[in-house]
Amino acid sequence: MKLRKTAAVAIAVLALTATACGGESGTAGDKPKDPAGGKEAPKLPTYTVAKDVKLDSPVLKKAQQAGKIVFGAKNDQPYLGFEDTDGKRSGFDIEIAKMVAADLGFSPDQITFKTVDSGVRETTISKGDVDLYVGTYTINDERKKQVGFAGPYFMAGADLLVRKDDSSITGPDSLKGKKVCSIVGSTPLQEIKKPKYGAKAIELSKYSECVQQLINNEVDAVTTDDAILKGYAAQRPTKLKVVGKPFTKEPYGIGMSKDDKVLREAVTKAVEAHIKNGDYKKAYDATLGLSGSPFTEPPALERY
Amino acid sequence: MNVLLDHLPEFRDGFIGTVLLTAASALLAMVLGVVMAGFRVSPVPPLRFFGAAWVTLFRNTPLTLLFLVAWFVVPAVFGTGMNPWTKALLALGFYTSAFVCEAVRSGVSTVPLGQAEAARSLGMTFSQTLRLIVLPQATRTVVPPLSSIFIALTKNSAIAGAFSVTELFGVQKLLSDKGFAIAPIFLWVALAYLVITFSISGLFRLLERRLEVAR
Amino acid sequence: MSSSVLYDAPGPKARVRNRFFSVAGSLLVVSLVVFVVYRLADQGHFAPEMWDIFNNAGVRANIRDGILSTLQVFAVAAVLSLVLGVLLAVARLSEHRAVSALATGFIELFRAVPLLITIYAMWVLFLTYKENLGFIGESSAYWALVIGLTIYNACVQAEVLRAGVNAVPKGQVEAAYALGLRKSQVMTMLLLPQAVRSMLPTIISQLVVTLKDTSLGYIITYAELLYAARTMANNIIVNDDNPYVPVVIVVGAVYVAMCLALSSLATWIEKRGRRAKTGITPAAAAEPLEAPGVLDAGGGPLGPHVEGEAGGAEGPGGKKN
Repeated sequence: MKLRKTAAVAIAVLALTATACGGESGTAGDKPKDPAGGKEAPKLPTYTVAKDVKLDSPVLKKAQQAGKIVFGAKNDQPYLGFEDTDGKRSGFDIEIAKMVAADLGFSPDQITFKTVDSGVRETTISKGDVDLYVGTYTINDERKKQVGFAGPYFMAGADLLVRKDDSSITGPDSLKGKKVCSIVGSTPLQEIKKPKYGAKAIELSKYSECVQQLINNEVDAVTTDDAILKGYAAQRPTKLKVVGKPFTKEPYGIGMSKDDKVLREAVTKAVEAHIKNGDYKKAYDATLGLSGSPFTEPPALERY
Repeated sequence: MNVLLDHLPEFRDGFIGTVLLTAASALLAMVLGVVMAGFRVSPVPPLRFFGAAWVTLFRNTPLTLLFLVAWFVVPAVFGTGMNPWTKALLALGFYTSAFVCEAVRSGVSTVPLGQAEAARSLGMTFSQTLRLIVLPQATRTVVPPLSSIFIALTKNSAIAGAFSVTELFGVQKLLSDKGFAIAPIFLWVALAYLVITFSISGLFRLLERRLEVAR
Repeated sequence: MSSSVLYDAPGPKARVRNRFFSVAGSLLVVSLVVFVVYRLADQGHFAPEMWDIFNNAGVRANIRDGILSTLQVFAVAAVLSLVLGVLLAVARLSEHRAVSALATGFIELFRAVPLLITIYAMWVLFLTYKENLGFIGESSAYWALVIGLTIYNACVQAEVLRAGVNAVPKGQVEAAYALGLRKSQVMTMLLLPQAVRSMLPTIISQLVVTLKDTSLGYIITYAELLYAARTMANNIIVNDDNPYVPVVIVVGAVYVAMCLALSSLATWIEKRGRRAKTGITPAAAAEPLEAPGVLDAGGGPLGPHVEGEAGGAEGPGGKKN
């Protein structure tokens, strides 16, 4: 008898959730604040889509056959790679993806974005689950053994995100005995784990969950690249701040299959062209620039 | 083969982590589970209700969600400062306690009615009946299902790997992200889990045999 | 109510004591709940803006899509695991030594390995051979989750069924052979129907586990309900904070509702089975959801355990006969 009642309640709840479509549209939560202070926000550039791209690249040929190109990206990094509740993606990495795709002959609606978390990046790229990857992906020698990189298209550096009222942490050297959160397999974490800092490392699977831990006072700092951290701080200006003393260099690259040299060259060229014609800066101002980090010249592209 | 030999320290730490976490959560689950089972058969309605609610809640929630609760909700309520290991212990222990509770309760219901009636007519109270007559006998029926519950717990502890606890699954991810072939790592990790689960079932079979002699 | 045997109808003294415990117990429970709610409210987790997110069309669509993809994975995995479970059970009971050994090895291996690891390994495997398997886009993650769930749960279901088959009285099998039935006929017409019947509650409890375990898809970033919930909780900002608590409460309620709906189905089917007087009492009839052991783990990795399990499950029903 009792069970039947619970079943009825259960079904009712299910039905409610399932049929609950309606509702207001638009993005849930606060809109990101406009640091320009009332001035009109910089507009995103549009990119001219190249026609009849012919390259001897197996990945590209497959993508052309399918009529779409698959980009791996992050979905929880404001101003870099972010997905709102309507499934719309935005950020600097997303713009880089659009630039590259345009030069490879794909319009924005021919791009399929796929969320790939840091822990499974190498696997997804090397196994060809995504064609290209743009997600705050640091170029390093260890990773070059498994994936190919085009770039670097941006130079970030590991920094620390702390609570607004915390003045005890001024840089990596003041982390002794503090709890520092980062994600599994990230480069800043390897750095902070070195005994000379004496910090306690906590590893989670997403940066946003580290940020939540920081707000909850469960950890004392979050470490990763400054570009990512500034986005989080800009989202929650009353609670968080970035220390602002980068202690590593993290050149971001576009990840792809290790063996596809032709594609690597084409992507590098695409980035180069968009840096030259000013799209790069426009895209930066309309995305990362909003989080309060001023534009810096991109690092020299590296061909190997 | 080489993957194992080259990364013996990682494998060892992972193995020890899994064993410790499993053992501690098993203990917590046992204590909570038996208490809840006591609640569920008690003459006091609110306690019965509480026990039932406990079991319904924890048995029908995915363990991953409980991990999220331990990480993001528990600190908001009970203050901060728990380390990842404690949080994993709470999530695993609470989750498993619901299953322990149900196993113990069904064990209680397999004790012949006459026994409880006899105890009652001897003038024993509820707690005496439970403690001296019913529970010792229920133990025998409860041992086999408990063994399966603890084996499940061992395997469930893998989820803790994604939440900053060193254990075997973390080792698999670490090594596979470093670019080693998945198949050998999988086999070695599987083997390590097999060792743990076989020891648990062996231990419980031993226990079963001991209890049988005592009959 | 089996518990009534455990204590006398309370006398005046006991009634006072019980009432005292009732009040004290309820107070304790209520104060605990109040404390939790107060602490959460104190930190702004019950602010109306926090809960307003569920009025948003995008959020609702996300939750709905999450539920649908969870149910989709569950439905496919449930059907496949039952089919494979029957095959494995029959194979393990086979008289051909090789077949039986093979099935035993398969069952023991995949039952001992955490599902999370199986899913992850399947995913890497599918990605490696996705050309040959013809997977496109999301489908390798989808199939990795489905096949991982299928393999693990099939092994558990196979052991449940085997316990059910072993519980069928030997005389029936002998009688069937005496009537001239073939081995396959004995299995399909006599053993399996009775095994399914007597083990139905346990089988459905295991299906509840399958449903819950779909949430392990997060490891391979498959967007089921829990993954969608995590993304939302991380990406929505209200009052400079993330709506973790509201999202956890709502999604938790949805999971509990889905699982309860499924287990009440078990109770309903089991009651129907009891009503039909075909001569076999469903074994675990007394306490359907408690058929011990197989609730989650499905039993130890060793043979003798399953007999124990069967004995446990048979216990109450057997005594009635």
